[in-house]
Amino acid sequence: MAFKLPALPYGQSELAPVMSEKTISFHYGKHHQAYVNNLNSLIVDTGFKDASLEKIVMEAEGGIFNNAAQVWNHTFFFESLAPEGGGEPQGDLARAIERDFGSFGKFRDEFSKAGATLFGSGWVWLVKNSSGSLDIVQESNAGNPMLRDLAPILTLDVWEHAYYLDYQNRRPDYIGAFWDIINWQKVGSRY
Amino acid sequence: MSFKLPSLNYNYNALEPHIDARTMEIHHTKHHAAYINNLNAALDNTPAAGKDLEGIMAEISQHPVAVRNNGGGHYNHTLFWEVMSPGGGGEPRGELMDAIVKSFGSFGAFKDEFSRAAATRFGSGWAWLVKNENGLVVSSTPNQDNPLMDLADVKGTPILGIDVWEHAYYLHYQNRRPDYISAFWNVIDWDAVSAKYRG
Repeated sequence: MAFKLPALPYGQSELAPVMSEKTISFHYGKHHQAYVNNLNSLIVDTGFKDASLEKIVMEAEGGIFNNAAQVWNHTFFFESLAPEGGGEPQGDLARAIERDFGSFGKFRDEFSKAGATLFGSGWVWLVKNSSGSLDIVQESNAGNPMLRDLAPILTLDVWEHAYYLDYQNRRPDYIGAFWDIINWQKVGSRY
Repeated sequence: MSFKLPSLNYNYNALEPHIDARTMEIHHTKHHAAYINNLNAALDNTPAAGKDLEGIMAEISQHPVAVRNNGGGHYNHTLFWEVMSPGGGGEPRGELMDAIVKSFGSFGAFKDEFSRAAATRFGSGWAWLVKNENGLVVSSTPNQDNPLMDLADVKGTPILGIDVWEHAYYLHYQNRRPDYISAFWNVIDWDAVSAKYRG
């Protein structure tokens, strides 16, 4: 069964000015869609034809992995955002961030630094490790922390296509603005 | 002595419509300049300060990753500006053309292989035409690596390179990397590439 591009939980113009309608139209409508299309054509006639997306991400290599992981990562990323997002998490996630990073501000600084210093294309992740504590990890290109037995909680896309139309070379400005559209209710539910 | 941003042999708008002026200006004054600043900072007060860039590339595995990323960034962009020209395009002549035909069968076959290497480099990186002991070969490298680096899969002297980081084309071509690669053939300065081939 072919994979489909999941619907966005908001309109394409609603994340502006953090992410412009034009950026979302390409990022979601072209890049995310292309990963879905490529994945569907690559898995025809393979053992992954009827596999779940998670199984493909965990087991595939090469082009199938790249496209499957990019489908997964983008879906997870877009679901982490909301027009009325921002602020700070509440409840269990807030307590875990305080426990593992000292404060929300320190977590924010460390996560932002990981995004700014990832060289080339990739993703920065807030993850829960097997002992239950929170970590920040960088992954290049289509990398996904589930392969290292880490549970994703939040991710930020730092491929240049995620921000170049709006911020050009100023990746730190993009990262700074990202905090205004995080859907902490959704992110907290993953923890 | 520290590295300095080289000036271009043409104006930022000179490669239009193939590469737009805004892309060129940001690419040169922001991205390339940042690699140089970061490279100088990474080399400051180390034994490698004062070495030439090619020498550093050849032993890059012994340097910190900041030197690899930013030194590669400086070398690669410098080469990239040099192999383009507003009067570019067409096909090479003479020795270089003979060598391309010998290694690839025809200019068209080379063009297809180079374009495919550029289109299929996943993430950020470069595609190259490389001169080495096997003649001419096409390769691609991730991020700011290049064929001069001792850790490259395909080693040799790069004589032509195309930047396929999204910053090289996104303002004008967005997700259409293949269109950018096609347009690049119109601005290749084959005289400059031939000069690099002769060494």
